[in-house]
Amino acid sequence: MNANLAAVLYLVAGVLFILSLRGLSSPASSRQGNFLGMIGMAIAIVTTLASHPPADGIAWLLVVLGVAIGGSVGAVIARRVPMTSMPELVAAFHSLVGMAAVLVAAGAFYAPEAFDIGKPGDIHTQSLVEMSLGVAIGALTFTGSVIAFLKLSARMSGAPIILPARHLVNIALAIALVACIVGLVLTGNAIYFWLITIIALVLGVLMIIPIGGADMPVVISMLNSYSGWAAAGIGFTLGNSALIITGALVGSSGAILSYIMCHAMNRSFISVILGGFGGETAAAAGGSGEQKPAKLGSADDAAFIMKNASKVIIVPGYGMAVAQAQHALREMADLLKKEGVEVKYAIHPVAGRMPGHMNVLLAEANVPYDEVFELEDINSEFAQADIAFVIGANDVTNPAAEEDKTSPIYGMPVLQVWKAGTVMFIKRSLASGYAGIDNPLFYRDNTMMLLGDAKKVTENIVKGM
Amino acid sequence: MEHIAQAVDPFVFRLSIFVLAVFVGYFVVWSVTPALHTPLMSVTNAISSVIVVGALLAVGVGMISSGSGWARGFGFIALIFACVNIFGGFLVTQRMLAMYKKKVK
Repeated sequence: MNANLAAVLYLVAGVLFILSLRGLSSPASSRQGNFLGMIGMAIAIVTTLASHPPADGIAWLLVVLGVAIGGSVGAVIARRVPMTSMPELVAAFHSLVGMAAVLVAAGAFYAPEAFDIGKPGDIHTQSLVEMSLGVAIGALTFTGSVIAFLKLSARMSGAPIILPARHLVNIALAIALVACIVGLVLTGNAIYFWLITIIALVLGVLMIIPIGGADMPVVISMLNSYSGWAAAGIGFTLGNSALIITGALVGSSGAILSYIMCHAMNRSFISVILGGFGGETAAAAGGSGEQKPAKLGSADDAAFIMKNASKVIIVPGYGMAVAQAQHALREMADLLKKEGVEVKYAIHPVAGRMPGHMNVLLAEANVPYDEVFELEDINSEFAQADIAFVIGANDVTNPAAEEDKTSPIYGMPVLQVWKAGTVMFIKRSLASGYAGIDNPLFYRDNTMMLLGDAKKVTENIVKGM
Repeated sequence: MEHIAQAVDPFVFRLSIFVLAVFVGYFVVWSVTPALHTPLMSVTNAISSVIVVGALLAVGVGMISSGSGWARGFGFIALIFACVNIFGGFLVTQRMLAMYKKKVK
């Protein structure tokens, strides 16, 4: 295939990827967008096979085998994964992009002639720079995502792990990394290539272990961004516009999501990266420790009050996802609607473990997306609501964020549930949330606590109706 | 006026594409509705696996030097990883998007 034609087709693939993201501006156009993305990918693959056909039969066999193995594994995972596990799935996928970037760079390093970047041992200087950046970011993404995956899937404690002198160690490693990149560019020696890989792998682990569970939405967005920059680095090495465009898109997408998540927690990106947040529990909460009385209620009480309300706003949080209570919740909402009660859902940007996670879970439970509202769109409505029904959420409803200047979460935008006539909390206990901060709302007069498993309590309320 | 005819390094073209694409990405991603942020992450995951083109180049190298075998090996593993991501990413996105429904009136 003519090289110019191939370049144009790669450009077309890049444009289709842009359109696939554009489609996500509304649920109605999103399915078509996803389809355009698939077409773009098919064009990129076919173009590569046509312009640089595999050299012999064995190479063709490897291509078919690789696509068949990877494709079937991917398809099975996509079909089987429960929606509650999306955060860890996305983290796992990020790690694969990172590792693929490292391996492609390794392939280019050992067979540069196939990538038109020089001969073995004599690779263009510029390509070496691009390659080493791609490898470093890719390796960092790989181990960082593996740690994020382990933390999100609870195979590893979500508590931050703080190593002594970790900042010094990280800076030393970063300097060593730069030195190795310079070494690779000057000498083209394979030892430097692998040193870069190893240092970046270690750095990826060290960067993510001090970050606590509550900051995972930022981490996962940040790794999304890194996987994009790694792809862009390899795109420069290959001179492939589809890869460069995609890398830039994904890189900026992840960066914007990180920004939105940080903003929603009122934390700076730097403080999240430095880590250590969410580990120091009760001690740092600064509460006086005295036991205040909370008003406990039963499921039947809750059912009765809600049936007689005219407007109920439901605030789901991560606890709902853990208890798999979304289906019972939908059932409850359906019964309320039958009674003529207006039901809406309010979602905080950091509810769940990744951006938009609650929306997916509610969609899975057949909640129509036009009943689900974002924080800034619904906050003014709590004052007119009779009941705010908080299920498995805590910190995102804490009035201390607006009222108590000494609170660690002061300034974080929160859902103003306390403005509703009655606030119902479904929680397992009166314990503090991930941020380790006491919620004064539990002890207010118009608050009713329904202690227990979110799913069981909701099912009991449904029965009570 | 000889200097006008001087060829521009292809790197500069690539850099231009990259910088412009960052801006396009910035505007496109801000227009994504927050309700679809999870599908956004899974679809960006899938499209960043277009790195598969590099894997295909590495797998397909001719066996001309000692490094070729290594390149094929690395390329083959990269191809599997990228394909897990392509199929997994697009299909799981499709599965999620199929669940978003409007209110039936």
